[in-house]
Amino acid sequence: MQSHRWKTLNHPTSSKFFGTKIKVTGDFLFKNLVAIVAASALVILFITAYVLSTGSAPVVERFGSGFFFGTAWNPVEGREIFGAFPYVLGTLVTSGIALFIGVPLSLGIAIFLVEMAPKALRVPVGYLVELLAAVPSVIYGLWGLFVFRFWLLNYVEIPISTYFGWIPIFSGTPFGLDLFTAGCILAIMIIPTVASISKEVISAVPNSIREGAYSIGATKWEVIRHWVLSYGRSGIFGAVILGLGRAVGETMAVAMLIGNATGPAAMPTSLFKPGQTMASLIANGFLEATSKLEVSAYVGVGLILLLLSLMINVGAHFLVTRIFKVKGGIVE
Amino acid sequence: MKTTYVITIVSIVIIIGSIVAYSYLSKSPTSTAMVTVNGAGASFPYPLLNAMITKYVHEEKTNVQINYQSIGSGGGISALQGKTVDFAGSDAPLSATEMISIPDAVHIPETIGAVTVCYNLPGVPTGLHLTGKIIADIYEGIITNWNDPAIQSINPTITLPQKPIVTVHRSDGSGTTFVFTGYLKVSSESWASAVGQGKSVSWPNAPGGIIGSNNNAGVASTVNGTQYAIGYVELAYALQNGMAVAAIQNPAGNYVLPTLASTSAAAASVASAGLPSGTEAWTNVNLLNAPDAEAYPIVSFSYLLTYKELNVIPGMTQERATAVVQYLWYVVHDGQDLAQGLSYAKLPANVVQLNERTIQSITFNGQTLAVS
Repeated sequence: MQSHRWKTLNHPTSSKFFGTKIKVTGDFLFKNLVAIVAASALVILFITAYVLSTGSAPVVERFGSGFFFGTAWNPVEGREIFGAFPYVLGTLVTSGIALFIGVPLSLGIAIFLVEMAPKALRVPVGYLVELLAAVPSVIYGLWGLFVFRFWLLNYVEIPISTYFGWIPIFSGTPFGLDLFTAGCILAIMIIPTVASISKEVISAVPNSIREGAYSIGATKWEVIRHWVLSYGRSGIFGAVILGLGRAVGETMAVAMLIGNATGPAAMPTSLFKPGQTMASLIANGFLEATSKLEVSAYVGVGLILLLLSLMINVGAHFLVTRIFKVKGGIVE
Repeated sequence: MKTTYVITIVSIVIIIGSIVAYSYLSKSPTSTAMVTVNGAGASFPYPLLNAMITKYVHEEKTNVQINYQSIGSGGGISALQGKTVDFAGSDAPLSATEMISIPDAVHIPETIGAVTVCYNLPGVPTGLHLTGKIIADIYEGIITNWNDPAIQSINPTITLPQKPIVTVHRSDGSGTTFVFTGYLKVSSESWASAVGQGKSVSWPNAPGGIIGSNNNAGVASTVNGTQYAIGYVELAYALQNGMAVAAIQNPAGNYVLPTLASTSAAAASVASAGLPSGTEAWTNVNLLNAPDAEAYPIVSFSYLLTYKELNVIPGMTQERATAVVQYLWYVVHDGQDLAQGLSYAKLPANVVQLNERTIQSITFNGQTLAVS
């Protein structure tokens, strides 16, 4: 009997569980354990959604759709009015700038590392790029506040505002603490995520694809443009969505650099104007919010942020599966 | 067979776990006699309270452990209301609504804060004079240029530039903003009706530009990095960083620079004019525009709050209640010696006496507690 002891572990044994006979095997345990762990992700999402919707009920009851589409924001006791619309736009604008600047840079890094860099450079540079992802956001915020914003102000914002100030999105006097600076710091923050995933995606493109392309006379640029990027585009798009997720939810660095306007002044009419995102608004106000209505307003903004993130993810999933799916002719 | 296997493993784990836990507990010698006191609240007095705690538990009472989490005044007050802490720190006295939810709270002013008005004027490193009305008009967007006649007339020796003023304010909710907007409210009727007072307010649009920054450090960095900007920071921060601050006119007509002495003077003069007892409501107490000729006008108390009868806190014991009042006693007496070195203003003697009566009135199960 002793010698069979370990072998029997994976054989069905009967055991009583509240009077019901069930078969307990290692596989059975593992399957259920994994199922519970997977379910916990869903449970957390539902609990979050539930807490956010009950918590925001007072402000939505009081202001109705005005909370979602209003622009005024005043937490002073007796003058309370809360409208979240400028911060939704602020979030979209800063994330948009981040993608606009960050994605081309990330793709450049990824293409260089996989297709062009000498082997001796590929691994260390790849590690360094990934290391950037481990820098805490408050460090980016501090660096942005004390160093980066002056570079942007003196070499980018002032020249643009001097020569192109007549274009509405560049109007106003720049101070270096505005939507543009916040967008640029977000671009830097999403680069490691987007670059390292894109790098993996591009590395996974089979060499036979490249060889075939070269054999019909394509140049390096054509190979990358028409074959490598086409083959990997759903993966690259996934990387961009992960970067966007970080940009939408980023809090500290944005709060330190965006200039933190509230109320109608926070409407993103110019890139060189202080603005506010939903995440930075919550970070700024939630800690010292005292009245129930004010707390509820910040919870409500959190709910909108959650819904926006869900919409982005669902939309992205749709794009990846339906539109960006690699076409049959290209694969293999 | 399988069951035997599982039982064996589980029992081994339990036995090892208990041995480890037992040896760990028995090795820490003070585990039985240790009394823990928990506090939470305002971040402004945190450096001072933390220094007091360190000194107190190392030199005075080695069997007491005191924790203070700087989670903000609002968080501290709700923790006190939820009775999860023994005392709370708050930059503002309890409001009328908060007094309804915590009616038996006591107020113990433990240090004094002042709000300084800092500025970035190239060529004017020091010596700017301002009044409350002018500051309010600047932040409201009524005075928009540095060479406005109102500013120029009280600064005859300074050549002020013809540049638009950039206003900088705290973007995070804070006691500093509460005190600052409170001062603007008493200085300007138009501010009182248009904006009011709060930990964060709806800032009016200033034509020269308006920037919100996080924390004292953020406001200071923004003002330092933005020419023609004006902002406000906590006194300790301004002193430690040697910032250019304005002298502000007090009710006696003097232009007073914010210093530890002019801050303490404000508290002393208000206290000698009469403060409520610690068990009464402090809602309307403020140290703004104190009558003393040497007093700086934008000053406020920072408070420690606790319950008059400590048995309302679940799990309170005689030892813990004694530890609470003894620590509070230390904070308002010997602890004050640490204030100066950390750029906090020391409590004047008449406020210390008021606090002594308050702390002596705190009870546990109806009995007063030994304060030292």
